[in-house]
Amino acid sequence: MIRVIRSIIAIVGLLQMFMLGPSYGQTGDETVIRDHIARFAGADFQGIAETVSTLAATGDPAVAPVLRALRGGDIYWRKSDRRVVRAEKMPKRMLRLLDPLSGEVIEDVRKSAVKKVKVNNTLRRMIDTALGNLTLRSPDRAMRLDAAGQLFRTRDPSTLPALDAALAAETDEGVAGEMRDARAAIMLKVGDATVDAQRDAIARLAARGDNAARTVLAGFTSDDPALSAATAQGIERIDRSLRLWGYGQNIWQGLSLGSVLLLAAIGLAITFGVMGVINMAHGELVMIGAYTTFVVQEFIRSSAPYLFDMSLFIAAPLAFLAAGLVGICIERGVIRFLYGRPLETLLATWGISLILQQAVRTIFGPNNREVGNPSFMSGAFELGGLTITWNRLWILLFALMIFAFLLFVMKRTRLGLQMRAVTQNRAMAADMGIRTGWVDAMTFGLGAGIAGLAGVALSQIDNVSPNLGQSYIVDSFMVVVFGGAGNLWGALAGAFTLGIANKFLEPFSGAVLAKVLVLIFIILFIQKRPRGLFALKGRAVEQ
Amino acid sequence: MSLLILDGVSRSFDGFKAVNGMTLAIEPGELRAIIGPNGAGKTTMMDIVTGKTRPDGGTVRFDGHDMTRIDEAGSARLGIGRKFQKPTVFETHTVEDNILLSLRDDRGVFATLFSGADDTARVAELLALIRLEDRRLDLAADLSHGQKQWLEIGMLLAQDPKLLLIDEPAAGMTDEETARTAALLRDLAGDHAVVVVEHDMEFVRALDCRVTCLHQGRVLAEGSLAQVSANEQVVEVYLGR
Amino acid sequence: MEKGNDAVPAPRSGHTATLNRKTLLNTRGTIFLCVLAAVAVGVPYLNATGMLPDYAVSLIGKYLCFALLAIALDLLWGYCGILSLGHGAFFALGGYAMGMHLMREIGERGVYANPDLPDFMVFLNWQELPWFWWGFDTFWFAALMALFVPGLLAFIFGYFAFRSRVTGVYLSIITQAMTYALMLAFFRNEMGFGGNNGLTDFKDVLGYDLQSQDTRIGLFVLSALAVAVGFLICRAVVISKAGKVIISIRDAESRTRFLGYRVEGYKLFVFVLSAMLAGLAGALYTPQVGIINPGEFSPANSIEIVIWVAIGGRGTLVGAAIGAVIVAASKTILTGLYPEAWLFVLGAMFVFVTIFMPRGVLGVWDGMIDGMWRMRGMDPNERRLRA
Repeated sequence: MIRVIRSIIAIVGLLQMFMLGPSYGQTGDETVIRDHIARFAGADFQGIAETVSTLAATGDPAVAPVLRALRGGDIYWRKSDRRVVRAEKMPKRMLRLLDPLSGEVIEDVRKSAVKKVKVNNTLRRMIDTALGNLTLRSPDRAMRLDAAGQLFRTRDPSTLPALDAALAAETDEGVAGEMRDARAAIMLKVGDATVDAQRDAIARLAARGDNAARTVLAGFTSDDPALSAATAQGIERIDRSLRLWGYGQNIWQGLSLGSVLLLAAIGLAITFGVMGVINMAHGELVMIGAYTTFVVQEFIRSSAPYLFDMSLFIAAPLAFLAAGLVGICIERGVIRFLYGRPLETLLATWGISLILQQAVRTIFGPNNREVGNPSFMSGAFELGGLTITWNRLWILLFALMIFAFLLFVMKRTRLGLQMRAVTQNRAMAADMGIRTGWVDAMTFGLGAGIAGLAGVALSQIDNVSPNLGQSYIVDSFMVVVFGGAGNLWGALAGAFTLGIANKFLEPFSGAVLAKVLVLIFIILFIQKRPRGLFALKGRAVEQ
Repeated sequence: MSLLILDGVSRSFDGFKAVNGMTLAIEPGELRAIIGPNGAGKTTMMDIVTGKTRPDGGTVRFDGHDMTRIDEAGSARLGIGRKFQKPTVFETHTVEDNILLSLRDDRGVFATLFSGADDTARVAELLALIRLEDRRLDLAADLSHGQKQWLEIGMLLAQDPKLLLIDEPAAGMTDEETARTAALLRDLAGDHAVVVVEHDMEFVRALDCRVTCLHQGRVLAEGSLAQVSANEQVVEVYLGR
Repeated sequence: MEKGNDAVPAPRSGHTATLNRKTLLNTRGTIFLCVLAAVAVGVPYLNATGMLPDYAVSLIGKYLCFALLAIALDLLWGYCGILSLGHGAFFALGGYAMGMHLMREIGERGVYANPDLPDFMVFLNWQELPWFWWGFDTFWFAALMALFVPGLLAFIFGYFAFRSRVTGVYLSIITQAMTYALMLAFFRNEMGFGGNNGLTDFKDVLGYDLQSQDTRIGLFVLSALAVAVGFLICRAVVISKAGKVIISIRDAESRTRFLGYRVEGYKLFVFVLSAMLAGLAGALYTPQVGIINPGEFSPANSIEIVIWVAIGGRGTLVGAAIGAVIVAASKTILTGLYPEAWLFVLGAMFVFVTIFMPRGVLGVWDGMIDGMWRMRGMDPNERRLRA
């Protein structure tokens, strides 16, 4: 109990110093700070709290890493000379001691040679607040933004003076905006704030329009009917904007899912759509692409780690070749004998898919293999109210690029011309001197290679396991059938329509049921338009 | 009253007008030859009459029925028999079964499931007519091309249709078979109306009947073969001069 | 092409009252039924004398269910040319219908000892039995549903698909989508069919303990009987005039239409009948293996049924049953000995059969016999007609 009271006193003291903060902010020179830090050695919780207060009061951003280390339990003092150090764990119960300020390595010692500076929850909260305040004045913009966000979440009225001071000194408009938001959120907690100030705060939060602002408003109650009304209106306004952003997010997720479907289906649009070959091993060609990525990354990890960010660019052509070659082997070895017998082709390629699955399981094991994201594929960014992850964005772009590439091959190259010729009239194409067998193999190889490329992309968002292909096969056939076989644009429209439909259904029905509903929809759709969305029309087709 | 009436019938595929305001009447028991270059709308016309293709506009009446609402099976039940250009018979059935399946009878699932007696006399009669008695128990797949043509004609006759639509019957037949086919078709006319689509002018001449020439989805000329072949437009489009 | 086309010996000339009618039981069918009878009697006998372990009885019983399922698919694919990649769904629905009854039979003996609700519903905090579980405490209702539900699904699905003339590969793909959708749905707990775990822990059926060997033998004999009945029904359909129409649809659909047959009606009839037989197979399967779960709906299972039929020889009925037993037995043996090898073997079977043995084992057999006839200077057609 006493300890709690002491802690509270310490926190209050800390805050008082902060109100004066700017006056001696940035002035603490290193020796002074070092003196303060030295006091951690052997201190009890109260002593530690006092030292934290003093350190925070220096307002020097250099203190922040020390406090952070303290919070993480990485600050120790050496028993031999009571020197306060930061420690990193080493193998065999050893610790590497570093200077807490400069990070310079001092020595490696056994754990028993040092003693930890312990922190409890009260201290942790105190450190968090102190860090928030410290970082409000940090020269690093990202840290200031972060600190402002922290204040917005804690909404502690006692931080208001420090915030005001930081706001006055802030020159960056983005950070200042965030600080004003935080200030508005705090204002609603300040008991004796004026009605006008609170009304402004409500307006500001309503304009901010995100979930965090809504939470703040929803937690605000006032006796003033005007303020209550303004709060209700603000919440409504936020809800409206959140709903719109929600639709936007649905569309984005739908496009993202659509791009995955497009990737999985686009190779099929060639083999099934153009050649009429039902390739049930298509999913396994995607899987080969994903495993190629895995192998490339393993190789890079072991022999050229600096190339890791390039791994996908290296894997893509290799995956195209690997899957393409397997595809050509399948075509020449099996499918060639089954032209004109689509149902038999379906069965034989299913058999191949089983063999490929088991081969991968035997070589790489049955478990998921780890495929890493290069740095440009990691993380996310905000676009208005949308959260967009980089890997999804790149995959969308990648899918569209493949689509454009395929369109180019089909419409503008000699191979594309020959492919279309063979599809339309095999006998005549042969008479014109086209090597139909070669064109078949190349067409199938192209479709297979594209599946391999899809595998590179899908390795970034899905588990790379022998079952990877199976999970896409039904979906990708649905896309091609829905879009209309033989039409690349149909595959594009089909993929994105199904993706978006799925994501809009999900909030109402849950993910699985949404998928079931989409499948039922396609089954019904096929009844209405047996040839898909972009069907070729004409007498020839009707027969 | 005419057995089959097409009045202003049109049908287009992706903008291509396969049949464009076609008007045609076939009398009961009439033998009629229809000629015309490729793409003149002959096959589409037959598709429309048999309910395989719905017309975009115009009326089609057969024996008093509106044929625009009827499917292929319906047209067959009303009494239209159709022979394809490429002979299509049931290759894994015996010759006899092919005929048996074509005989006039209840076509419903449960009727055929529990059907017992077969009209064997009629089968024998038809087999004699198409000269396949000694191939009765052979698979249709084992027949020669000409024999398959005959078998298909036999199947049509087994249906006892009011109207026979026959697509290029002479294709792939020997001269002797062609002559025999022409004679058979002439025989059939009278009991059945027979419409023959044909390219082979010799065959049309042998049929010795009224001729309709189609071009670009409409009727270009109609009359005896002599009249039609004297028509300058016909000469221009059909004979390509 | 198909060699299932066996006919009664009929004189080459002269016209008898009925022509070219095949008998319900040709030589091959008779042999098949005799073997089946021998199995139905022999397996329990060997088990009683201790020469066959208890588990083997249930195992062979399972194969018999597969054989019935294969016969059902062969009627549809081999004779009507409709390749269903979703027949596992009908099998599973039949299995679930029976499983639901067995769940109700558990009653208070469940883990939660709830007399009104199956364990998984208690676990999910459900308060009352959902409407679609009503009636399943009666055996005959459940048995009826095991036939009716697959039949109804096939009717609805087939009605729309055949009416809009979805054929060939497109039809195959949407049947696959159907079973995939059902699998996803049955995996959900909210569906009320036990979710992921399916239905299991059955105690007894009609008062007979499912764990006792006597009950198992009873189920085994019942399965053999079901195969025989299923075979005879399919055979009766195939040799009827309707059967000839069905084959005609497979070979020349358009010609069949122009002869005045409503192809949709025939396809629907075969599809529904086949689905109901599959449902019957499923209903016998569940009590013998003791579990039914959503995995039975997986598209891979349905395709495996197709390979049974392809290996045995499609369009022969008997071949389908043989294929089912061959593949299922090799699966049991191989997964026991070399688990790694099974998918290689199964995959290779698909490829090999489609390329080198398109008519399956019975086709190869027929080819050999035909060859012997030719060597003796006789027309193989002669043999086919006499078969």
